[in-house]
Amino acid sequence: MSTVAGQRRSGTGSGTVSGSRSGTGSGPGRGLGAGALRLVAGRSVMYAVVCLLVVFFALPLLWLVLTPFSPTPSYKASLSGFTLANFEDLLANPQTWPSIRNSLVLSVGSSLLVIVLAALAAYALSRVRIPGRDQLLYALLLLSSIVTGTAAMVPIFLMLFQLGLIDRQFGVVLVLSGGLLPAAVFMLKDFVDSIPRSYEESARVFGASPSQILRHVVLPVIRPGMATVGVWALVQVWGNFLVPYVLLSDPSKQPAAVVMYTFYDAGGQPNFALISTFALVYSVPVVVLYLFVNRRYGFAFQGGIKG
Amino acid sequence: MASVTLTGLVKEYPNGVRGVDGVDLQIADGEFFALLGPSGCGKTTLLRTLAGLEAATEGRIDIGDRDVTGFEPGERDVAMVFQDYALFPHMTVTDNIAYPLRIQKVGRDERSARALETAQGLSLAALMERRPAQLSGGQQQRVALARAIACHPQVFLFDEPLSNLDARLRLEARTFLKQLQKSLGVTTVFVTHDQAEALAMADRMAVMDGGRIRQVGTPREVFQRPANTFVANFIGATPMNLLDAQVVGGALDFGGFTLPVPGEGGRASAWPVAEGDKVVYGVRPEYVQCLPAPAEGAARGEVTAVENLGVSVLVTAQAGEQSVRAVVPESDEPALGDTVHLAPSSERVLLYRADGDGELIGR
Ligand SMILES: Nc1ncnc2c1ncn2[C@@H]1O[C@H](COP(=O)(O)OP(=O)(O)O)[C@@H](O)[C@H]1O
Ligand SMILES: [Mg+2]
Repeated sequence: MSTVAGQRRSGTGSGTVSGSRSGTGSGPGRGLGAGALRLVAGRSVMYAVVCLLVVFFALPLLWLVLTPFSPTPSYKASLSGFTLANFEDLLANPQTWPSIRNSLVLSVGSSLLVIVLAALAAYALSRVRIPGRDQLLYALLLLSSIVTGTAAMVPIFLMLFQLGLIDRQFGVVLVLSGGLLPAAVFMLKDFVDSIPRSYEESARVFGASPSQILRHVVLPVIRPGMATVGVWALVQVWGNFLVPYVLLSDPSKQPAAVVMYTFYDAGGQPNFALISTFALVYSVPVVVLYLFVNRRYGFAFQGGIKG
Repeated sequence: MASVTLTGLVKEYPNGVRGVDGVDLQIADGEFFALLGPSGCGKTTLLRTLAGLEAATEGRIDIGDRDVTGFEPGERDVAMVFQDYALFPHMTVTDNIAYPLRIQKVGRDERSARALETAQGLSLAALMERRPAQLSGGQQQRVALARAIACHPQVFLFDEPLSNLDARLRLEARTFLKQLQKSLGVTTVFVTHDQAEALAMADRMAVMDGGRIRQVGTPREVFQRPANTFVANFIGATPMNLLDAQVVGGALDFGGFTLPVPGEGGRASAWPVAEGDKVVYGVRPEYVQCLPAPAEGAARGEVTAVENLGVSVLVTAQAGEQSVRAVVPESDEPALGDTVHLAPSSERVLLYRADGDGELIGR
């Protein structure tokens, strides 16, 4: 596969190699040499392209890892020495810890709300026959991307204003949860669909009430699904900038994603020391969480009962 | 312990299918009762209606002296073992077996002790900390049984509990289950599509078709005197010969050959049949002799198929317009194309009405 791609590339791209094509027919020895040459040339071009792509995608990550430790942070990814002074700066900044705490409040709050509501809704939607159920789910899924998107910000702002929820974290949690719920219900319904009904029926025959069936059987069985959805929701909210930016005006209530945006020095220049260091600190919890859940449950977006 | 009485029971699904269509049945206290029938005949529906998982459309269900028709499943005092066992995958064997006790609010220590006690009787004591996924099919089946036993119900309901086991294990489980039921003495309704299971295990059995019960009786009665052509055709390792015939001149005309009416003297007048009546002549292949020479009361036929059954051979012969099967010892095996003379033993022959439900004509 790779050689074919390489050959095609060498035939169309590089002039020096394309000449060798005429030699392939004239003799086995020459043909072999030319073929090998073409192979090497093709591979080289391919590797060059791959390296370029890797650099292109790895550079921001490299920047994220290197710049916080650099004494002269800028938009370049370079390590001209090693210092922890940037972290001291960050810790000294009065907005750092409150903003991270706000991020936690928003994301954990939304995540819990989403898990609880999505589990109940997914169970109901999976077990109760409602005409047009699937269409309803698809429509909600389609519309949900609008709720947390730019287009709906004005009506949402007005709605929350009338409800008196502007500049309150609860309002942000509600809006973000609303946007995440359809996808969460969709994912969890998949898990619930995969539970044989005989589990619930068996419990029912033993006299379990609906709430006992939910607590003893259904929820434990879909726990991996709930963990997946919970982490997914947490990460979504953790990284969301627009909704808290629009709905929260008091800086002491804003989450890290919004506060990072305000790290400019007096001259209007971005404060690379703070921004890069904060960005690193900000991304660590998400990575840790991902590793934890991946270890515990395996990341599965398909339903299924393991063990 | 309790008897079970079904009166005029109907279960109609929302799509109009009548899974159970007017069933009357009495199951005695402590009886092992098998419900047998082909796939889709309504066995599971009947069992689920009995358990309360489906609401009866019409009719009445009594367990013991209680009318439980409108009761929730949990109030009926029954335990069900599902075809897929329905063990809870996130619970250990202990927790699975103890689940009914947990619902009954028995304390944790006591229910573990009682689960262990039940499990010991089913040789599960070494597996108590495992999850269902870590058990073999046979072990899962016994855990499901233990869970049903642990709640001390009035009635056991089993929906094809052996069908997920391999053939060898199934035979062992059959014997085991039968002994277990006898020692516990709990009324048991056992659904199966495997007639050998029903015949081997049941005290009494019902054969179902299309949501109706076609015959109720002991396995011996059902095997020896099927009440209609459906049961006659369904029961038996090799299906019964069911030959169309007409009463002509006091004998039976099969179109191509005639045989005397079975029984003493071979007179049609001994039967409630009239000249010209169409009947179905039923005789098991095991009761048909295959003779090399013509004989009194034998039909001449040509062998069209020979199938090996182990110690015996199933011979299919064409006699006139009829295809007749006979089981012969392997030493008498005829060759294809041979001419044979088929002699049914007349005391084993049953006559059925050719019209209606194909009911047995009493002798
Ligand atoms: N939930 C249902 N809705 C509609 N029809 C059903 C349902 N369950 C079973 N049936 C129909 O009822 C009949 C009996 O089914 P079932 O009791 O499962 O048969 P068995 O257990 O004897 O194989 C079948 O024709 C089946 O298609
Ligand atoms: Mg069934």
